[in-house]
Amino acid sequence: MNYSEHISPSDAADPLDGLIACPHCDLVYSVPAIQTDERAYCVRCHSVLIAPRRKAGKWLIAMAASILILITGAMFFPFLTIGAGGLTNGTSIVQTSLAFKGSLAILAPAILAFIVIIPMARLSLLIYVLMPIIQDKPPAPLARHAFRLAEDLTPWSMAEIFAIGCAVALVKLSDLAEVSLGPAAWMFAALMIIVVATDVLMCRYSIWKSLAP
Amino acid sequence: MKTAREMDLIGCKRCTRVSPPGTGVCPRCGGKINSRDPKSLQKVMAWWVLGLACYIPGNLYPMLETKTLVSSDSSTIVGGAVELAHHGAWGVAFIILLASVVIPVGKFVIILGLVIGVHRGPQVSDDLRQKLYEVVEYIGRWSMVDVFVVAVLSSLVQLQTLVNISPGRASIFFALSVVFTMLSAQSFDSRLIWDTGRTPDPADPQPEGTGPAGTEKERTA
Repeated sequence: MNYSEHISPSDAADPLDGLIACPHCDLVYSVPAIQTDERAYCVRCHSVLIAPRRKAGKWLIAMAASILILITGAMFFPFLTIGAGGLTNGTSIVQTSLAFKGSLAILAPAILAFIVIIPMARLSLLIYVLMPIIQDKPPAPLARHAFRLAEDLTPWSMAEIFAIGCAVALVKLSDLAEVSLGPAAWMFAALMIIVVATDVLMCRYSIWKSLAP
Repeated sequence: MKTAREMDLIGCKRCTRVSPPGTGVCPRCGGKINSRDPKSLQKVMAWWVLGLACYIPGNLYPMLETKTLVSSDSSTIVGGAVELAHHGAWGVAFIILLASVVIPVGKFVIILGLVIGVHRGPQVSDDLRQKLYEVVEYIGRWSMVDVFVVAVLSSLVQLQTLVNISPGRASIFFALSVVFTMLSAQSFDSRLIWDTGRTPDPADPQPEGTGPAGTEKERTA
């Protein structure tokens, strides 16, 4: 079977550019005409293929910037404070990662990476990639490398999971001691909502299309 | 309706670009592409074994060490949950058992099942296998919540001589187990599910299979 049989005449430059292969099950479609706020998904495995949103780029940059600010703030403010028998103690993210001492010290940088460094790196890369796109400028230098790295970092960016961890710790301790939420806890609550919203808004196909050389 | 492989093309898993045979680097996103990852199952099983090997000490060693004025106590994950249940906190005990035992064991079983399904022919429908794969890939990172809870508890409960909590040896094994299972799930090439599939392709209005009718559209706004 020769691929040239499947070309659509409208796309003469590279006919294969007009095709789309489902990343999950490999079925090939010709790219449908998709309006903003419509979604195209694979009929066999139901993966979403294309889902452009109005002004998604601007929204994504705004959200990424807010998450960056929230993480920076949450890094140093205490997010939980405990009190029992007249003693109190608060903890921030930096202190949390330092809880692993001695032979477990290797976990300290790993925790800091999962909660702070990787999410911030990923969002900075995303802003770097999207900024020229929303201004209709040519892609930034190495933008494709940057977006690939940002995509690879996504599963390892665990700020929102840490927020759940704080909630579980709060429940576990609430019987034993007086626990109160610090300012960073509210930052994490806001952060979780924005992280979910960015996942919904992001149309990877549209971004790759605008980064194509 | 045809797959890229059946058309003798290579689909990019990252940006969905279709490339002619023999292409090594995707022209759109610049990532490495192959029609199927030939070593996918080997990588999955290698990470799977490592993950399981770390999961066992993660459950046998103590996760938390609690020192109070009068006593010193170390508890494993399951031991801690049982203790909570004895104190009447059934809800929290249930959540801990679910997050640290049921979900990780379920992940190991599902990944093994997916590999066996590709290797020996599936026993369940392709839709279910795809769903299970998506669940495992999505839920994998959430297991890290246990390690974060340990970190939060041990940095927070530092009340001088009154009560001190410090992390136990299990925490590092548990964290490694989560990382290895995530890598295992990521190594799985989901296209293999459909290559070995049982369900026939959905009704196909266009024999060439590249018509725009292939995608459904849904108005969301």
